[in-house]
This record gives sequence, C-alpha cells and structure tokens, in this order.
Amino acid sequence: MFDIEKIRGDFPILNQEIYGKPLAYLDNAATTQKPQCVIDTVSRYYEHDNANVHRGVHALSERATADYEAARKTVASFFNARSEREVIFTRGTTEAINLIASSWGGVHIKAGDEVLITHMEHHSNIVPWQMLCDRVGATLKVVPINDHGELIMDAFDTLLSERTKLVGVVHMSNALGTINPVEYMIEKAHATGAVVLVDGAQAAAHLAVDVQELDADFYVTSAHKMYGPTGVGVLIGRETILETMPPYQGGGDMISMVTFEKTEYNNLPYKFEAGTPHIAGVIGFGKAIEYIQSIGFDAIGKREKELLAYATAKAEAFDGLRQIGTAKEKACVLSFVLDSVHPHDLGTIVDREGVAIRAGHHCAMPVMQFFNVPATARASFSIYNTEAEVDTLFSALKKAQAIFA
Amino acid sequence: MFDLRDLYLQVIVDHNKAPRNFGKLEHYNHEADGYNPLCGDKLHVYLDVNDGGIIEDVSFEGEGCAISVASASLMTEAVKGTPLSGFQQKFDTFQHMVTSDLEEHPDEEQLGKLAVLAGVREFPSRIKCAVLCWHTLKSAVEDSHQVAKTE
Repeated sequence: MFDIEKIRGDFPILNQEIYGKPLAYLDNAATTQKPQCVIDTVSRYYEHDNANVHRGVHALSERATADYEAARKTVASFFNARSEREVIFTRGTTEAINLIASSWGGVHIKAGDEVLITHMEHHSNIVPWQMLCDRVGATLKVVPINDHGELIMDAFDTLLSERTKLVGVVHMSNALGTINPVEYMIEKAHATGAVVLVDGAQAAAHLAVDVQELDADFYVTSAHKMYGPTGVGVLIGRETILETMPPYQGGGDMISMVTFEKTEYNNLPYKFEAGTPHIAGVIGFGKAIEYIQSIGFDAIGKREKELLAYATAKAEAFDGLRQIGTAKEKACVLSFVLDSVHPHDLGTIVDREGVAIRAGHHCAMPVMQFFNVPATARASFSIYNTEAEVDTLFSALKKAQAIFA
Repeated sequence: MFDLRDLYLQVIVDHNKAPRNFGKLEHYNHEADGYNPLCGDKLHVYLDVNDGGIIEDVSFEGEGCAISVASASLMTEAVKGTPLSGFQQKFDTFQHMVTSDLEEHPDEEQLGKLAVLAGVREFPSRIKCAVLCWHTLKSAVEDSHQVAKTE
C-alpha cells in the first residue's frame, strides 16, 4: 500500500515554505531529496564510526570498513551484480563514464574504430567519448531520434557494425523522460561484438535494474538521484572485462605492493578505487537503496506512472504549451515550452509560487538542437510528489502567461 | 516582499514583446557575439560608429529570455546617438546597478530608462541575463572578436 503522507513525512526538506508558499519540489531529475534515514545514517557515521577504511586495525576503522563494504553488498544485490568485485564506487555517473572511456577505451578503442552513442545522451556520455575518439582517431556515431524523442531503431541497426567497439546509451533520458529499449540494444550490440555501457543516472531510482538480465557490460549511476548523497556513484562492470582494464587513477588503496621499481595493483574492485573514498556517501547510498527497496519498484512504478499521466493530461489541455518528449515509453519527466514565455522566465516565475523546476538545456544540448528550442522547462517527478503539486505548477504557468499577456 | 511584477515591469514585458533596434544593420563597422551557455541565450550586436566617434546606429539579433531581450533593447536605445567614449562609463554604471545592494537606489539620472532593470538584483541567477548584451556590446566596441560570456 502506497502511503503518500508517510513517504512525504520521510523527507524533512519538503515541509517548508518558499516565499510564503508550500514548496513543490519538481526538479527530481536534477537531484532527489534525501529521506531522514539517509541523513541519519550519514550523521551517525560521522558521530560514531568515522575512520579511514581498509587501513586501520582499530575499532572505528573496522566499523567504517564493515559499513562501507556492507553498502557494496547492498548495491550489488540491488542491481543483481554477479559479485561485489563488480561494484566500483566513483564520484558519480560522470566519473564512472570517464573511468570506462579512459581505462577500457584507452586499451580497446583504436584508430578507425567506432563508438556509437545516441542523440539523447547527457553531455557526460558524449564528451568523454568525443575526447577519446579525438585522442585515438576513432569515430563517434550517433543514433538519431524521432519527433517523439524516441531512438530510431532502424538507424541503430544500420549504424551498428563490426567497427562498433562500444555502444553507450542512456537508460532513461533526463531531458525527455524516454525509456530506451536497452535490452534489445545490448543483445544486438553483443551480436556484433560491441561492449555496452548503460547510463542509468536517471533510471535507477525509477526502474528495477538487473544487470545480468540486461546483460549490460557496464551500468553506471549516481546516488544523489536515488535519494542518496551527492558525490558518490557506482560503476557496475562485468568482471571479465574489468580484469582486462588498467587502473584509472593511481594512489592508495588500489595497490597491493609498491616499490620504486614496480607496483602491483590491488584486486577488484579496489583496483579502481584509488584514495580515500567518500565513505559517508557510500554508506548513505546503501541506506538510500534500502529505502527504495522498502517501498518497492512495483509501487514506485505504479505511482510515478499515475502522476505522469495526470501531469501529461494537464499539459495536453494547456493552451500554448508544447511538450518536448512524448515517447510511448517514458517516465517522470514533463519537458515543455510555452509559446509566450521563455523557460528561464518561467523558472523564475513559478519559483515565486514555491514550485522548483529546471529551466535550461539539461546538459543535453543536442536534444535542444533537435527540437530547435534554446531551452525547455522541465518538471520531473518522484515518489513524494502529489497531484496537488502538479496543480500548483499549472496555475503558476497560468500566472506566467498572464504576466506576458 | 519583492514582487514578481517588480522584475517583470510593464516596460520590460513591452521591450521583450517588441524589441527596439532588432535586426541586422545595413551599415555597421563593429559587431560581436554574446552567448550564455547556461541559458542558451545568444545575441549578436551590430554597431555603426561615425567618424566623429558617435554611435550612429546600433542593433541586435538573437534569442533569450525576457530579461535578456528587454535589456538588449533598452541598451540600444540608451547608447544610440551617444559618443563611443562614454560607453565604458555607461557599462560600469549599469553593471554597478545590477550588482549593488538592494538598499541602494539606482541613479536614475544617469541610467534613465535602464533603471527598470534594477529588479534583477533580487534574482541572482538572472543578473547574467541582464548583462549579457552589455558584455556583447563591449566586445563589439573593443573589436575583441571574442564571444562575450557572463560566466
């Protein structure tokens, strides 16, 4: 049973007024709010257990290490990784992709090879590949999208070839809300021998992800879009592939033996976790995942669908509103432009009504170019949002239209 | 409390709806691009300075939010027909107005109609919208051939 009042009660930040109006936080695609249990877990760590991990023999270090590794277990089971050796903590999705581009790409992508991404990637799944391709003389190819903001799968099939060494695809688009057919793409890509990276930054809080069922080679995401702390994310990689990759950064924790002549690297996953990690963040991430599990994806999916359907119906009935991104398979994101009001003016105006939305290019400039808009306004929903908040958004949009009438 | 209507004054709404000096000049001897990567606002200004050092004509093209379009429109009105030598002072006065403390009253004698933009001070993320055109015109005046940015 989905108890919205209880869920809202779990998020202390929601209970506040902005300019005298109740906060309606509709910027969840940028970052989600944190439940009390995550905040408490992070505080408790600093209050009781703070020490460095994998180093000390003292009690605090043992506790910190145990909690840090317990979080790895939680993440592994959440995504159904084959083992904890496949779970590498990073600073976030961006660092995870850079790690793959630099370490895996540096070894496996050569001049004349192709990297295939899509037109709806976040800049973080474009730029690292562009940088790599420039460096080694490979070519970046892009799967186009249609007017609904869906990948054109015929084009994907055509673009995929023996030259394709890696396919990078976003699981759920942050700018459009589109959920991509990653399972199909992975199967196709594997058939031609390409490795697949799925960017799950936007998806992981909204869809159940099973990396083995997907057969993804790399799945990456960020804790802060999953009710966890900022500054921490995860790369889940196929062990057989991770084993072939050189370290990304050198430093402490990633070694087993160092002399000035030679260094032996540590085993997975530590080989890729140089330096003191974001211990509190990782432990908080583990708690955030437990929080998601306590609600369950059946309930989350059902609720978020309801809310998007409610908002979409309002958007369709709203004069002068054009939705950007109307894919058949989508979730949680309502991206739009108004005829008479620029998205930035809209952002400012609805803010004064207590409504937090994003206005801008959403780190997906090619998507803006495709739809020929400089920016969009984006309301993005989460488990704690209500129909009343959607109503507040739309009455704020009316106000904005009135100002510019 | 500061009201939205103090930001979106009728003058600003009007200049956004019907920007003055909008489009490309037939004769110009200075130009520059301005770009605000965070917003996607893009401007291009054209400037025609005569032999006497007077800004004979000025115009702009581009797209952006109401604040950036209105600011550009008001700017063209404010500098048209004035000596180029006075531009830097106008630039500084405007810059000061939009970044000064809220208590400080804008110098309406110097700023004229531009004073309507003083409201952006209350909206820190929007100040860059108001100043983009000024930075762009400055690039044009200085022939810097650099895309003006406010970040």
